[in-house]
Amino acid sequence: MTPTGTVTPTGTGTLHFLQGNEVCAEAAVYAGMRFYAGYPITPSTEIAERLAWRLPQVGGTCIQMEDEIGSLCSVIGASLTGLKGMTATSGPGYSLMQEAVGYAIMAEVPLVIVDVQRGGPSTGLPTHASQGDVMQVRWGTHGDHAIVCLSASTHQDLFEIMIRAFNVSETFRTPVVVLIDEIVGHMREPVRIPDAGEFELTERLLTSVPRDVDYHPYFPREDGRLPMSHFGGEHRYNVTGLYHDMWGFPSDDPRVTNDLIHHLMNKLENRKRDLTFTKEWYTDDAEIMLISYGASARSARHIMEDRRAVGMRMGLIELQTLWPFPGELVRERCRQANYVVVVEMNMGQIVHEVKTAVDRPERVFLANRVDGEMITPVDIKHLVRVIQGKGI
Amino acid sequence: MIQRFLFSGTGGQGVITAALVFAEAAVFGEGLNAVQTQVYGPEARGGSARSDVIIADREIWFPKVLQPNVLICLSQLAYDRFSPLVRPGGVTITDPFYVTRWQHATSRALEIPLHETIVALNGGDGLSIQGINMCLLGALSRLIPVVSPESLHNAVERRFPARHRERNLQALEAGTTLVRERVTTF
Repeated sequence: MTPTGTVTPTGTGTLHFLQGNEVCAEAAVYAGMRFYAGYPITPSTEIAERLAWRLPQVGGTCIQMEDEIGSLCSVIGASLTGLKGMTATSGPGYSLMQEAVGYAIMAEVPLVIVDVQRGGPSTGLPTHASQGDVMQVRWGTHGDHAIVCLSASTHQDLFEIMIRAFNVSETFRTPVVVLIDEIVGHMREPVRIPDAGEFELTERLLTSVPRDVDYHPYFPREDGRLPMSHFGGEHRYNVTGLYHDMWGFPSDDPRVTNDLIHHLMNKLENRKRDLTFTKEWYTDDAEIMLISYGASARSARHIMEDRRAVGMRMGLIELQTLWPFPGELVRERCRQANYVVVVEMNMGQIVHEVKTAVDRPERVFLANRVDGEMITPVDIKHLVRVIQGKGI
Repeated sequence: MIQRFLFSGTGGQGVITAALVFAEAAVFGEGLNAVQTQVYGPEARGGSARSDVIIADREIWFPKVLQPNVLICLSQLAYDRFSPLVRPGGVTITDPFYVTRWQHATSRALEIPLHETIVALNGGDGLSIQGINMCLLGALSRLIPVVSPESLHNAVERRFPARHRERNLQALEAGTTLVRERVTTF
């Protein structure tokens, strides 16, 4: 089907009218994901539903597991044996996955987790909007670690972000979390699914070490990447959540320990530039800078265009990378702004990162909403008016 | 051009499906942009059903409908709850079988006998209202010229499996002719 209008996504490929969850599933299949294990949970269920239909068509496997713990553990196993793997859940399920997330970080297993946020804590608000999992994604699992978390606000962006998530996970051998919310997950809008080959896909880096030759699964190359060998295949090696040496065997040698934790942190924190994805509007002249992500960014974009039309110098940074937090970029872009307004649907999570990043933290304000309803452009407008001393 | 539609009624009438087909017709048939959202959760199960559709010839950022241009209510509960939201100059569409209107000065009101029409079309024991949602869309295409009857026809063919296709197309057709003959404006 070819798009006929001017506003629907154009280009090659096919035009669809899908839910964000369905877009996640389609993008994952496009990226070469062939193993999905999950436990259905609102508002992420449509991802599993679509993959149960799509994966068999492309020779992949979709399993409904007994719970979220089993789901992520089986994805870790599938990934080690050579498949691109993924699971999807919501906040409560992601809480259960935390132990396995830490294991995947420590054992350097590439995989993608989609967290479609709902209201929390606990079972919370299953069918309503929230962005309360931002800090859970950052610090949910214990111990020092780095994590990659990406987000998107439109379906076309979401398709691309999903592919980037798989590319980043394969490049850096790390779990990547795609953090969306009930609004983006359930909303339907047009999306163009590109023809194969339009997006570059990062395939797994495999070792060139022949069979029966000593293979070091945890010995980084000069560029920091770790070539893999399908577990159970050519080479025998060990995988553990304990601190380990280059063969993967447990070690409590202080030097080995020190090197490994620095490697795990640096491989992501030192490559922030490659991992930072943002979209920016009017950041060059904005007096009021909005910073947002996910569904909130749609409301922020709405009020920004609205205020621009009446001459107000408002700008917007949409963060598509939440972790590692692009602090330098935020500091740079907000230097000229009189006020910075962070728009999110929680009690204030990214706002603290922004305050830490900018030169004048006292100029950073939070526009939020936590009643399960989507934050509206008018909510943001009211806050901006109050900041400006104009009154509501 | 931007038009915000709020489809509401009781679970089982198919208002959510109607909203979905309507949005698909706008995207695939008219080449317009559309965003559809719906209310999930306990109240959508047997209680009130609601779906928002925004259709525009430009980008749509905020996806929810706070003040509809066009409000469709197929239950009294929905009408009582949503009718105050209609934009000044907007339209409220109800079926007199389900809704007793109360006065509203700021919006136009249209009454369409969808229930009566679909029951007559379905025949039998006079209880089946299957297809009332498509009947609604047929009427809507004549009343609000955003999505043409042809686009809706194609959208219905796309959405429904063969065994339900004919019946839904008949209901759609009944809705389009209904408007010419049986709409009451207030």
